[in-house]
Amino acid sequence: MTMNWTSPRFYIPAACMLALALIPIYAVFASQPFYVTLFSRIMIFALAVLGLNLILGYGGLVSFGHALYLGVGAYAVGIMSAHGYGNGWAHLGVALVVGVLMAVVIGAVVLRTSGMTFIMITLAFAQMGYFLVVSLKAYGGDDGLSIDSRSAFGIFDINNHTVLYYLILVCLVGVLWLFSRLVESRFGMVLRGVKSNERRMLALGFPTFRYKLAAYVISAQVCVLAGFLLANLTKFASPSYMQWQVSGDLIVMSVLGGMNTLFGPIVGAVSFLVMEEFLSGFKPGWFPAVEEVLNKHWLALVGVFVIAIVLGLRKGIYGSVLGLIERKAGRK
Amino acid sequence: MPIELLIVQLLNGLQYGVLLFLLAAGLTLVFGIMNFVNLAHGSLYMMGAYFAAWAYNNPIFGIQNSFLIAAIVGILGSLVLGVVIERLILFSLYDRDHLDQVLATFGLILVFNEVARYIWGPSSYYMEVPEQLSGVINIFGISYPAYRFMIIGVGLAVAAGTFLLIQKTRIGMLIRAGASNATMVGALGVNIKLLNTLLFGLGAALAGVAGLMAGPILSVQPGMGEPILIVTLVVIVTGGIGSIRGAFFAALIVGVIDTIGRVFLPILLASLVEKSLAQAAGPAIASMLIYLLMAAVLAFKPQGLFPVKHG
Amino acid sequence: MKLRTFTALALLAASSVAMAQAPIKIGFVATLSGPAGALGQDQYDAFMMVVERNGGKLGGVPVQVLKEDDQLKPDVGVQIIQKFIEREKTPIITGVTFSNVMMAMSKPLAEGGVFFVGSNAGPAPLAGPACNPNFFFTSWQNDMQAEVMGKYASDQGYKKVYGMAPNYQAGKDFVSGFKRFYKGEVVEEVYTTLNQPDYSAEIAQIASKKPDAVYVFYPGGMGVNFIKQYKQAGLLGKIPLLSTSTADGSTLPALKEIALGVISGTFWGPDFANPVSQKFVADFEKKYNRIPSQYAAQAYDSAVLLDTAIAKVKGNIGDKNAFRAAIRAADFKSLRGPFTFNNNGYPIQNMYAFEVAKDAKGRVNLKTIAQPMTAQRDAYADKCPIK
Repeated sequence: MTMNWTSPRFYIPAACMLALALIPIYAVFASQPFYVTLFSRIMIFALAVLGLNLILGYGGLVSFGHALYLGVGAYAVGIMSAHGYGNGWAHLGVALVVGVLMAVVIGAVVLRTSGMTFIMITLAFAQMGYFLVVSLKAYGGDDGLSIDSRSAFGIFDINNHTVLYYLILVCLVGVLWLFSRLVESRFGMVLRGVKSNERRMLALGFPTFRYKLAAYVISAQVCVLAGFLLANLTKFASPSYMQWQVSGDLIVMSVLGGMNTLFGPIVGAVSFLVMEEFLSGFKPGWFPAVEEVLNKHWLALVGVFVIAIVLGLRKGIYGSVLGLIERKAGRK
Repeated sequence: MPIELLIVQLLNGLQYGVLLFLLAAGLTLVFGIMNFVNLAHGSLYMMGAYFAAWAYNNPIFGIQNSFLIAAIVGILGSLVLGVVIERLILFSLYDRDHLDQVLATFGLILVFNEVARYIWGPSSYYMEVPEQLSGVINIFGISYPAYRFMIIGVGLAVAAGTFLLIQKTRIGMLIRAGASNATMVGALGVNIKLLNTLLFGLGAALAGVAGLMAGPILSVQPGMGEPILIVTLVVIVTGGIGSIRGAFFAALIVGVIDTIGRVFLPILLASLVEKSLAQAAGPAIASMLIYLLMAAVLAFKPQGLFPVKHG
Repeated sequence: MKLRTFTALALLAASSVAMAQAPIKIGFVATLSGPAGALGQDQYDAFMMVVERNGGKLGGVPVQVLKEDDQLKPDVGVQIIQKFIEREKTPIITGVTFSNVMMAMSKPLAEGGVFFVGSNAGPAPLAGPACNPNFFFTSWQNDMQAEVMGKYASDQGYKKVYGMAPNYQAGKDFVSGFKRFYKGEVVEEVYTTLNQPDYSAEIAQIASKKPDAVYVFYPGGMGVNFIKQYKQAGLLGKIPLLSTSTADGSTLPALKEIALGVISGTFWGPDFANPVSQKFVADFEKKYNRIPSQYAAQAYDSAVLLDTAIAKVKGNIGDKNAFRAAIRAADFKSLRGPFTFNNNGYPIQNMYAFEVAKDAKGRVNLKTIAQPMTAQRDAYADKCPIK
């Protein structure tokens, strides 16, 4: 399958990635190094949502427990650092190995169910993971685990904020590219077929369970990677990364952007987190009373926004924009 | 292990289970019959508690600290609130898939929490056990708080009432038929829209009862609905979605296991492994018990304990 | 052309005037939302009361207080600190409610080289090996609030105590703090799930064990639940209930008379007789229409500390060594009475036991009943390398 360079499905993501690549440079000019940190965090969540969307948007599986894998990635870094192992490749390796093992075991159990039961069971596993980590006094428990220095990779030093930023960006672009290949491949087609009508796929002779499991494991590993990066960014591993509200946020971000597209989740994550940052610090100075309410109760606006998106903008932000452009192009 | 202690703990488990049933009943009916996932059910519970607490603390028609008035305001308030959100927002989501319903009601949770925080502040809102029920009852030499006995009594009464409603009345028959085959019921000329609204209102009222009951013993604060919502979801999935009987038994089982497990698991562990390990592992495993229970049930009966047969 | 030159000159003039009076930016971060939001709000309100009383100044210099909410999330806390240091370039940061957020923030705070005056969370690692010469706390080291209850229990002659706390780091720390100074036997240590609402089962266990006293640590909503249920089970009044952060200014409004008789341990109570404390309580009640909690008292002291320290260096906080010495001197009248800093930046202070009782105005309040510890130092100070 060749890439259509003039399609909006290429140039919009490409433009966005380019903009993200330029942020550290802009930050230097505006002497606002904070933007590097802010967008590092946003990109990490964009990565996690991208991973989730493989099974959510393309597989039709609503996992309410993907934050569990964020925790796996974060604590791999945390626990190994606490024992004196600082090598980044080792951190990543261990995180992925543990992540794959957990995802295979959990996936084998949860994928036997569907619908609401699936949602509940994935939630249950995430909750169990959360309670387990909270009770581990040796690794900080609910206080979390401080990490002395970031993973050491030898060839580059991510203790430099900008280097870390570009590492995250590379990961994001890499996974995006990988997924774009994946969803158009045979594997991706089967997965989408399963979402649309599993019985038909089974009748056609596809071992749908294996495909679903593989997709689940892959999407979990992307979240593990995101967790690894998050621990490095904050130099902290905390059970709060694994709370069910985080899993819920990931789903919201995916739908917000447009879960039937590849790039939508990234748009959703960026919009959601920028909105969160913006609303809680909104101080235009016109009406102090309104400002006060807004800063304290901005979550209500997020709630209204989510409801509005579900009721109105069903394709999500990116999905709708794409639809608009492609419709206009069609009319030509 | 003194037998009195065991009985008291069983009563505690029963009381928790009954509270769970009040919430689970509404949620499972709405889910089973209208095929609608309502995460905002926890918020209706919270608002019921707030309305009741507010009515208890402030003079209504000159009367203050009347539990009866608090009950009326709390239950009615939840009912009205439930019907309002159903008519205004939720009705357009009936045909959408579960994910959309989860998200929209998740959004509602956020809004309700902030509204509660705005009106009553972020900390706990004061509510006390009514004077007449604040004592301890002695039965066969066992003392147990009177108020909790009342919860058990009310819960069982509501369970019996709901059972009678569903099994013995015409409306109940329509509800059961709707759970099996909604289209057919509509085709038979029944006003499905009205039935749905009534059903939703009933669920909301039950949540209000739960909130009213819980207010005096638990902390009334923004976000109080979410932790119990999660457990309620576990209950209805374990019991079988759409089944009141399933919700009842699953709620009692979950309530008892969670209570007994929390208390006795650390003690049991301490006799098997050394103390500090038991102290660390005990609470962790105890918190996971209900999820393990749900997973175990679903492994053998994927549709829950008492699945509803769909026509 | 003339207009442009004029505008440029005007701007230059304006900016130089502005620079001469550039306010000191102070970053204030606390938990302002969620069930624990009341604590952070008390900290903020008390801090701002001092600032506003001084006409928007501390130490004679105008200050700009930037408020942020960490939502009890460590990663959000880290981001806020980075925002304060990198974007706002605040030289002073203060506040912080919870220890888990504090620990996460300690890294970027240390790296940023800014001055930190904590007015609540006082985790052990920052008192010991991870102490920092720029970190000061006007509250206490976490364990001390439990230690005083342990000493009180010993003083009262309780032979058997039953301990309960939530199953997280702070919970375990508090129970070990209690044990450090309690000479009797802790018959049972029970750790419950974080944010568990119903303790009836655990309370039934207590009743059957019949200890001489019970010690608990249940902050916020958990405390409201526990005390309500303890009373309903008929135990309040039968078995003394000793506590830390369970019956305080943040939970008493929700409990009112239900909590009468609960014993609590901390460094300050609203009935203290010294004039600074009396004025603080009167001013706070007048301005905010509620009884100030210990969290407000802690933040009040942090503001007054900064006030005197900034005045001592005549606003020149850029001279870090001088400013640090000024803070360390703690040359101010604290509402708790005697106050000095230990080598690790934590206070050396008296610790008291309080009982929930009705005050002179008939409101449910805290009453001082004992002073089990005098000029107490925390248990981790000698592990701190600073001398």
